[in-house]
Amino acid sequence: MADELNAIKLVDITKSFGNVVANNRISLDVRKGEILALLGENGSGKTTLMNILSGIYFPDGGRIYVSGREVTIRSPKEAFELGIGMIHQHFKLIDVLTAAENIVLGLPGSVGINRKALFAEIKELASRYGFEIDTGKKIYDMSVSEKQTVEIIKVLYRGADILILDEPTAVLTPQETEKLFNVLRNMKADGKAIIIITHKLNEVLAVSDRVSILRKGESVGTVDTAKTTQQELTDLMVGRRVSLEIDRPQPDENAVECLKIVDLTCKSPEGHRVLDSVSFSLYSGEILGIAGIAGSGQRELCESIAGLYPVHGGAILCRVQSQDGDYRENIVGMKPTEIIKRGVAMAFVPEDRLGMGLVASMDMTDNMMLKSYRSGKGIFTDRKTPRAMAENLIKRLDIVTPGVSTPVRLLSGGNVQKVLVGREIASSPSVLVVAYPVRGLDINSSYTIYDLLNEQKKKGVAVLFIGEDLDVLMELCDRVMVLCGGRVTGIVDPKSTTKEQIGLLMAGAGSGKAASS
Amino acid sequence: MYKFIQFICATILAGTPFLYGTVGEILTEKSGNLNLGVEGMMFMGGIAGLAGAFYYEKFTAVPIGGIAALIAVVCAFCCAALGALIYCFLTITLRANQNVTGLALTIFGTGFGNFFGEVLSSRAGGYVAVSAATKAVFNGNVPVLSSIPTVGKLLFSYNFAVYLAVIVAIAIALFLNRTRKGLSLRAVGENPATADAAGINVTLYKYLATCIGGGICGIGGMYIVMVTCSGVWVNNCISGYGWIAVALVIFVTWSPWRALIGSFIFGGLSVLRYYLHLGLNNAQSQLYDVVPYAATVIVLIITGIRQSREHAIPASCGENYFREER
Repeated sequence: MADELNAIKLVDITKSFGNVVANNRISLDVRKGEILALLGENGSGKTTLMNILSGIYFPDGGRIYVSGREVTIRSPKEAFELGIGMIHQHFKLIDVLTAAENIVLGLPGSVGINRKALFAEIKELASRYGFEIDTGKKIYDMSVSEKQTVEIIKVLYRGADILILDEPTAVLTPQETEKLFNVLRNMKADGKAIIIITHKLNEVLAVSDRVSILRKGESVGTVDTAKTTQQELTDLMVGRRVSLEIDRPQPDENAVECLKIVDLTCKSPEGHRVLDSVSFSLYSGEILGIAGIAGSGQRELCESIAGLYPVHGGAILCRVQSQDGDYRENIVGMKPTEIIKRGVAMAFVPEDRLGMGLVASMDMTDNMMLKSYRSGKGIFTDRKTPRAMAENLIKRLDIVTPGVSTPVRLLSGGNVQKVLVGREIASSPSVLVVAYPVRGLDINSSYTIYDLLNEQKKKGVAVLFIGEDLDVLMELCDRVMVLCGGRVTGIVDPKSTTKEQIGLLMAGAGSGKAASS
Repeated sequence: MYKFIQFICATILAGTPFLYGTVGEILTEKSGNLNLGVEGMMFMGGIAGLAGAFYYEKFTAVPIGGIAALIAVVCAFCCAALGALIYCFLTITLRANQNVTGLALTIFGTGFGNFFGEVLSSRAGGYVAVSAATKAVFNGNVPVLSSIPTVGKLLFSYNFAVYLAVIVAIAIALFLNRTRKGLSLRAVGENPATADAAGINVTLYKYLATCIGGGICGIGGMYIVMVTCSGVWVNNCISGYGWIAVALVIFVTWSPWRALIGSFIFGGLSVLRYYLHLGLNNAQSQLYDVVPYAATVIVLIITGIRQSREHAIPASCGENYFREER
């Protein structure tokens, strides 16, 4: 293969952060008019490698060739000049600016900005690849997929020939994902080189031409997509054989209603309804999945159950066990501590694990204590029990950490998640609320989390699982409830429903009718 | 009526140093640097402006008032910008905590101003003052136009530094909202990682905006010394003006346009008691001096309650940026 056909060739790229080697002599090449999928577990160095290409990090060693010419990329600006554009997992957009302003940001040109000409130019570019864009809309008014469109147009506007997309589908509905893939195929036909980072194997198979796999900072090989299978890719990625089946134990026969939510309505500070008459029941020994595009009210639902979000109307009835038999209590309006005090055991794993779940700069013992500090005797806290608990969790869940006294901030995403879920289930709750427990986790860690949840389910815990990957929701959950714009658009049995039907419910089509089909 | 015009004129004169401080700090905060050293930079600008004009007069046979004034402005700008440069080096290059560094700059600037004020006074034999010609420039007005009745008095009876402040405020407003470089600067303040990924030199923008913003605050300090104190060094003459400017930035929600209004409202509050014969005794008039500060507190509460994305603090303000942070 002649070198000119390679849009990018990386040879022996090495980068370390302190003692951690993120990339160890990685070699990779991408041809023009090709989509290369970059696959690897968390911490395998995919994002680091792509950040080196886009000029965010500077490599410690190795060579980079662009169109056959050796180059040094010192800053994002130099990456742009070489035609490399990156669409980051966490969008690099400025909320208070409009789409057009974000697109021209940092580009040279006249002192002032000719908005009319700019708008026309962007519209023209968007229509060429089949996008729709509202140039004057502010970013904070946009949905995730609109933001992604802005990101992609931003790099195209800069004349990028090599596009890097870091987990672009993580937050999209199946329909939006398909739309994105069509755009990528248009770009490929236009001769652009595309690198796509993803965890989702079915997407890799659907869109890419070749797949490069990284493991623990090293490249383990490149295969042609046409000649590979999901199983082979997983094995290469993990380094050993992994079962791809998600276990779904039969739900409890003698299920009792643990949580009954009746006409729950919440309003945002701006006054619009973020939850609108949401009603459902959660039974012991089942996993109820909640599907919906980001911002459909999942966060508000979780937080109102945990007593963190003001409830405008409706009731949350929780079963309380006592000597005189079980009774139901409305927990609306109670403080989180009151909810715990009244014997309502509820574990809440928030979506923002380092923001709401754990204190990033404290170590594991201290984070365990966040739940138990009230139980110490006298004015001093009991540190021994939480310390033992932390050590136990490390052993039981295979948490990779230098020790219980390392700040959790320094742990990788999967391990942080294990710490959080582990702490919550240690209090043996009757209701477990988990939001996006596998967000950003690799296959291996994700399956550990699924196993943990199934273990709880078998114990008779009622699990409310907010997820984003429909495939997982449909395989793991006993029932799936779909939210759209704060309303329940259906509660379906995943065994007898297709992904497309759920996708339509997520987009708001049909209300409850699809549930029976 | 005559009294009212007098009041308006006094309001404008009293509001100008607030305007300099506010606009300078807006520019600084738009780059993501929360520089609490406004007070210190005003002191630095004040003493440097006075010293510049004083020494120019001392070493020139026939000093010209206009040149002395120009030198005062340039010296004030440069000295305060130097103070801001220290702040930049500590927070941007060494990534020190912005709040602590800003407070340190305030303490440093206050000491710097008072120390050199004393030195200058003792050298000058008693107290330091600029010549009558220079004072006249700082008490000047627009010739011809200011003699128009009422309108002339209202619009053209001020010294050059007042007009300069308004021009600077409008220029900064246009820069931020209409130009490419202004867009880049806002991006740096909102989200430096994004700006960086878009190829904007974050460090350069932060340094330049903070130093120029500091320099503008310094001119405000010079204004207090040259206009409010009539060209005489008075220890602790800035006395809280810088802090009010910091609060005003929030009051005007980071808009130089609204800074034009906000600064003059505060200017009016600070001179109001001379125009309302309230018959205050000493203790009561001390209490009256609290009014601008109390207004600041109320404003902070109101702006705290009213949350709007458009009028909020630049998102990264107060945080240092390090590209390779994990």
